[in-house]
Amino acid sequence: MSRVGAAAGLPLPLSLVAGLALWGGLAAACGGDDGDRSDDDGGDAVDAGLPDAAPIDVCNPSAGEAVSFDPAAEPCQLLSSYRFFTDGAAQLPNQGVVPYDLNSPLFSDYANKHRFVWLPPGESMTYSPDGVFAMPVGSVIIKTFSYLRDLRDPGAGERLVETRLLVHRADGWEGHVYLWDEAQTEAELRVAGGRVPVEWVHTDGEPRELDYVVPNTNQCKSCHEASEVVTPIGIQARHLNRDLDAGGGPANQLATLAEIGYLTGAPDPTEAPRAPVWDDPDSGTLDERARAWLDINCAHCHSPVGPARTSGLDLTIGQADPARYGVCKAPVAAGSGSGGRLYNIVPGAPDESILIFRMESVEPDIRMPELLRQTVHDESLVLLREWIGAMKGECGPPE
Amino acid sequence: MRSLLASAFALGLGVFPFLAACGDDEGGGDTTDDGDDGGDDGPGACGEIEGSCIELEPSGDGTDVDLVQTALIEAAPGDVILFHAGVYELDTGLSLDVSGVTLRGEGEAETVLSFAGQTDGAEGLLVTADDFTAEDLAVEDTIGDGIKVNGGARIVFRGVRVEWTGEPVEEHGAYGIYPVQCSDVLIEDSIVRGASDAGIYVGQSERAVVRGNTVELNVAGIEIENTFDADVYENIATGNTGGILVFNLPGLQVQNGAGTRVYDNDIFENNGPNFAPAGNTVAQVPPGTGFVALAAHEVEVFDNRFADNQTVQLGVISYHITLTKWDDPDYDPYSDSLYFHDNVFEGGGDLPSGLLGPVIRAELDALPEPPAVLPDIVIDGNFDPEKVDAKTGELLEEFSICIVGNDGADFFTLDFDGADFVAPNLDPTPHDCDREPLAPVVLEGVPL
Repeated sequence: MSRVGAAAGLPLPLSLVAGLALWGGLAAACGGDDGDRSDDDGGDAVDAGLPDAAPIDVCNPSAGEAVSFDPAAEPCQLLSSYRFFTDGAAQLPNQGVVPYDLNSPLFSDYANKHRFVWLPPGESMTYSPDGVFAMPVGSVIIKTFSYLRDLRDPGAGERLVETRLLVHRADGWEGHVYLWDEAQTEAELRVAGGRVPVEWVHTDGEPRELDYVVPNTNQCKSCHEASEVVTPIGIQARHLNRDLDAGGGPANQLATLAEIGYLTGAPDPTEAPRAPVWDDPDSGTLDERARAWLDINCAHCHSPVGPARTSGLDLTIGQADPARYGVCKAPVAAGSGSGGRLYNIVPGAPDESILIFRMESVEPDIRMPELLRQTVHDESLVLLREWIGAMKGECGPPE
Repeated sequence: MRSLLASAFALGLGVFPFLAACGDDEGGGDTTDDGDDGGDDGPGACGEIEGSCIELEPSGDGTDVDLVQTALIEAAPGDVILFHAGVYELDTGLSLDVSGVTLRGEGEAETVLSFAGQTDGAEGLLVTADDFTAEDLAVEDTIGDGIKVNGGARIVFRGVRVEWTGEPVEEHGAYGIYPVQCSDVLIEDSIVRGASDAGIYVGQSERAVVRGNTVELNVAGIEIENTFDADVYENIATGNTGGILVFNLPGLQVQNGAGTRVYDNDIFENNGPNFAPAGNTVAQVPPGTGFVALAAHEVEVFDNRFADNQTVQLGVISYHITLTKWDDPDYDPYSDSLYFHDNVFEGGGDLPSGLLGPVIRAELDALPEPPAVLPDIVIDGNFDPEKVDAKTGELLEEFSICIVGNDGADFFTLDFDGADFVAPNLDPTPHDCDREPLAPVVLEGVPL
């Protein structure tokens, strides 16, 4: 049979209207077709055994108000089909969709983020002091990226851009991206990524704008991959161990998750690890905060099991060897990214350090992180400059 | 997991072809595609293949990224994505994460993936999959690397061209064809021009064959780095800063590569400017370099022609001479266990440049009877103290650097001890020896 090949030469993006018409037609004409690609549907026994097109039921849920999610079904075209939100535009979560926040988040071009986790009824995550919590099949991590109209005034409203789902299927995690429409009434599945012009008023009161880059499905993996397996990042004790006020007053997130039955085996939060908040000096030393920032912003690639393992640079928070996290480390395949500088980190000399050069750049072949960053994160640069500036020692020639 | 229907729905694909596709499937379910998708080319366009034949044409309306990237995401193992002739204008880097996919053009001159307007993505195409083949197409003017394959097994490039058009400048991408941490790599009959680091770069890999390629106007033509078992033969390397390099660098997951054969190559006039950004190791390669082994082991270089490389036709150095700091207890910075035989040398050495060229020239000039041009073969003479004979200071036989049968090629050692040039000399006799030839590389799962 032919799939994409059938439409060879057709210009994309193709109209949604055509897609909807197709869906209606195919529902009748091709029921049962789903899952017949044995070569890429190997893990899909449940799906293949269904007598008729299962996705239609999931994506057109019957009466009721509960979340409608089936980890064996194909992704729905419309985000609203899942009923994760009672009010999508306001990002009001449905029953069982639990908001959370991270101590030090990934910088995403000053986007605001709404994070939620949904677990199948009766299921829970298993606590671990380090690493990502074990999560049941059927779990969904939901992250909506938006732009506040005014960073100084969160109450002034926001424009939703995309909602990313990380769904735990029987054969592993998979990422899907939904793009919000102008009217903010619906978000639609988007495979090939794209760009969305956004604007906001910055912390200094100045207007800013950029072409926000929406990742394609493959690019989910550029962050969410370890040992070539897709994995969540934020659902870890040290990232979650903080207070969140979801309307009922501040409460520790680990405690909340345990209380509602979403987390088993968790100790009292005071016994759990806690990552520093990178921009809160009360939460950790300069070194701890800088390493925490590098960990969440860089270590998804720069770890011994991440895509940037080939560079030899390991920015995970547990790496204790300065040579491995960049001190006096010569670049390997940096190309223009070296900026003519000799080492990744030169103690006491941020302006001689490649790490700073790459954070200061927005050129695609220079900047780090290399994907999905169109603008410079001024505030973290201040922190990392201070961190490198305070380092002692020098990178002389070998003895 | 993805099915035809969900894919179609997600993409909003056209109705007609799908209705036909559904009809075909009603009776038999999953079948091998015959390549006939209702297009003009009939069943023969992809030939006999395991999966679907996905045919693409340039859109001409600026939507090629959607077209191509969607095809790459939706591809299934065994599929061939056939790029019909034309220029595909791509403003974002592409990625492929599905194993067993072939990207095929109609020729490196006919099918061009142009990234001249690229504003996002660190390479033209990033492949994170096994059993990948790219053939008969060109990738031009990427912002960063051309085609990078990270962690793939059974990777084939055949008849591919990666090129940065225009004058060589630092802003060109670093690597043209760039498999890293891969195994069983075949790169043949391909062309790379203009890379600001290496045209063809095989890094941290095992079992690679690089043959019949033309690399020109790059900083390094071909670089084999931290790699085990590579055969590099019948290539043309010209106009680069350095023609062919075999390097080992510190601080990497795959360390102390060994076993490279470089033979039957034509390595001439590699006198191009070094336009690599400082900080990169190749930025230290002097213009006019034919071949260099850096911290290399078990390398056999034979039956090549070296002509008119104006600094050093064939060089051997340790990492120490780069004066770059490193901190890696597992790294072996020395070069040894090398075998250079039956090469032909013509001209060369007459215009030493870069950092090291003038240093070598100055050391030569301090000799009683300095030769007019740099000798064909120059080594830094910096050996692992644990591998030398305590009395003679020469490498033990097991670790020797043997240089024989090179048709009268002359020789110079800087006799570098890591700090000083102790007693530089022109005496080749310590290297008059033979070594056991290395075995040919056999790729597992890739026919040669």
